[in-house]
Parts: sequence; C-alpha cells; structure tokens
Amino acid sequence: MAEVFADYKWAALFDDRGIFLEGLVTTLEVAVFALILALVLGVIFGIAGVFPKTWVRIINRIYVEFFQNTPLVIQAIFLYHALPHLHIMIPVTAIGILGVGIYSGAYMSEVFRSGINAVPRGQLESGLSQGFGYWQAMWHIVLPQARRTILPALGNQAIAIVKNTSVLAMIAGGDLMYVSDSWSGMNMYYGPAYLTTGIIYWVICFTMTKYVKRLEQKGAVG
Amino acid sequence: MITMNLVNKSFGHNHVLKDVTMEVKSGEKLVVIGPSGSGKSTMIRCINMLERPDSGTVVVDGKELTQPKAPLKAVRQEVAMVFQQFNLYPHMTVLQNLTIAPVLVQNVKKEEAAESAMKFLERVGLREKADAYPSQLSGGQQQRVAIARALNMHPKIMLFDEPTSALDPEMIQEVLDVMVELAHTGITMVCVTHEMGFAKQVADRVLFMADGEILEEGTPEHFFVNPQNERARQFLSKIIH
Repeated sequence: MAEVFADYKWAALFDDRGIFLEGLVTTLEVAVFALILALVLGVIFGIAGVFPKTWVRIINRIYVEFFQNTPLVIQAIFLYHALPHLHIMIPVTAIGILGVGIYSGAYMSEVFRSGINAVPRGQLESGLSQGFGYWQAMWHIVLPQARRTILPALGNQAIAIVKNTSVLAMIAGGDLMYVSDSWSGMNMYYGPAYLTTGIIYWVICFTMTKYVKRLEQKGAVG
Repeated sequence: MITMNLVNKSFGHNHVLKDVTMEVKSGEKLVVIGPSGSGKSTMIRCINMLERPDSGTVVVDGKELTQPKAPLKAVRQEVAMVFQQFNLYPHMTVLQNLTIAPVLVQNVKKEEAAESAMKFLERVGLREKADAYPSQLSGGQQQRVAIARALNMHPKIMLFDEPTSALDPEMIQEVLDVMVELAHTGITMVCVTHEMGFAKQVADRVLFMADGEILEEGTPEHFFVNPQNERARQFLSKIIH
C-alpha cells in the first residue's frame, strides 16, 4: 500500500503541478459557465412548469424527464460525437459546458418549479387582480417569495455541477479529472494523482456546502 | 357597471355557475349571500376574470371581458379585489404593499403613491403600521391593509370575496367598520359575505345564490323579511337567530 503513495511519486506530481493547475482552471471554467447556463434554463423551464398553458407545461416535462433520466455521460458523449456530424465544431470545453449545463438545467428547473409552487396561489392572483401581467407578477411578487426555498436547493445543484464536470474526462476535456487520469495513466502513479484530485474536489464542494448552509440559516431567519 | 349574462363555469364535472345573469349599477352596493359551495366566490372572481367563464358574457365598465382580446389589465386596475386570505405581499412592508401596483402598473410617481397610501392607511386606522411587515399584523389589521391597498389603485369597483371569513370573531367588526365607511363613499361594491348585519346595513340589493344559481334577489328589506324562494327561506332560518 505504501508503494502506491511512494515519495518519488509525490515528487513527480509536484513537478507536474502546472498541468494539474490547468486542469483545475478548466474544471472551474466549465463549472461556472455550466452553472450560468443551467440557471438560465432553470428559470425558463421552471416557469414553464407552472405556466397556465398546458402545452408549455408539457415542454417542461419532456425536457426534465429526458435529461434527468438518462446518464450525463451518455449525453456528453453523444454531444461529442454528434455535433461534428452536424458540422458544428466547438471546443471540447464548450461541449462540457453545454452537456453539464443542459443536464443540470433540468434539475434546476425542478428547483424553480417547486419553489414557485410553494408560494400560495393567492399571491399570483392578488398581483393579477391589481393589473400586473403574468411575468410582472412572477418577477415582483412570486419569485422573491420563492427565493427562500429555491436558494439552498440551487446551491446543492451548483455543487453537483462542480462534480459533474468530471464527465469531461470521458471526452478528453482537459479538466482536472481528465488530467489526473491521463497523467497517472502514463506513469502509473495513480495514488497521489487521484488522492490529490479527490481532495481538490472535496475542498471546493465543502466550501460551497458551508456557504449554502449559511444561506439556509439566513433564509430561515429572514 | 357590471353585467353578467348567462355565465357558466365548470370545474371538471362540477357545474359551479349555471346561467348566471346579473347586473350591478354604478355606485350600487350588492351583497351576495348563500351557502358554501353555491358559486358565490366563483361568480365574483368572474368579474375580474380570475376565473374565465366557459360561456356567457361579462361586461365591466363597458368592456366585454369575455372577448379574446379584452383589455384585461386595464379593467383590473379599475376593479380592486379584497380576498378572504388577505393575500398581502409578505416580503414587502405595508407601505410597499400599497404602492407597488400604482407605481409599476399605473405609472404613478413613487412619492405620489406613498402619499395617497398614507392617506388610505390613515383612513383604515393603520397609519403607524406603514413600515411593518404583514406577518407582524393581526388578521384584522392585515385585511384593513388589504382594503387600503385596493383603494390606493383608485378603483371604480371594489370586490370583496368573503373578507371576514378568515378572521377571528373579535376582529370582524373592525374590518366591517371600514367597509361600511367605504360604502358611504359612492363606490360600486360587490361583496360576498356571511355577515347579515353588514348586508342589512349597506346593501342596496341582496343576491341569494345556491347550487350555482341566483335564486332570489331584492332589497335587504324584501330579502330578509319576505323571501319568496324556499331555499332562501331555509338558509335564513338557519343563520338568523
């Protein structure tokens, strides 16, 4: 066991730290942009999920049920192989952003949908009865009240996004997981590589968890 | 001011409104009473299209709201509604509750809206609560704020959907007092209520509904003293002691 974590392997890892740092930067990049994409999709499809018109709600269900019920890995690999056939050439990090963003957007839209549903129906009606339009009432009256239930759940989704970016390892995405995988694949120094990578993911996600907890406590008081 | 003609509304298999036809004149105070589930609330909610009738026409202030391209938002600004559950915006102060719609919907200047808001809060006796949040108020106070919020839209018509039904008994009177005072201002009022004392005091006309139909209508004197309809008589014998 000690051999797995031998000193010279750690030394090699330290020498190549630049590669790992680049991987981390890619991971964070993909995570941030995927989060933004997921949030946008989440708001749009979340509201679609409570929209008065049935066909709009059906679109929400198709999106959510499709992306929640197939593995992210398959979705990413599909994008990776399918897009070139459609003559769409985009960098692999962009594929990662699209894949993770669309996948997480499905979860986010469920967060928004249930958050909006938790606001009593009378609030929207009250706004409508005062002459607000549907979107105006949503924005000024319903969503601010949904915030309290939505924020912590969004935080958890954001954490999931960070971890889910590791799907890029499957499509040579250059992220932290991929770097760790390919680096140790060459020299067989798996121990230090995966342990370090795991710890980095843990530190990022643990910090975010703490932050989400803080949000939750604030929400409970406010 | 308000005309309903042969309005029908169903929820699933439940036929809630059956050919409801009625009229409210400008400045008139109409009180709608009847047993639970008689369609009173649905009827009043059809006036501002919170419920859309399946058939029939609703005309408010000369505009036919049952048409596809009806100017719904414009009419709703003239038709304020007070709900059973108050429905104040809990994330806003009392003052913000009163000003948000005038500012965002009617494009009234913020200071102007706040000024008239204070005037209406004064009128319902809650001027000092302007900076409080709804959750810090009693039910009766919340409903008075809701009335002030409705008034701050400067509506032509006020709709009350069982405004005292969710209140503790000792708070009902303070809300009724505000409503009585309001009734003396000449505004058009439609009020669904179980408060018979209020009906006698302010109603120009009483409508009795049961099973989705208007079964009797007339002046309070006529209705409370000498109702013709059997259902109405039964209903009154149960509630008037």
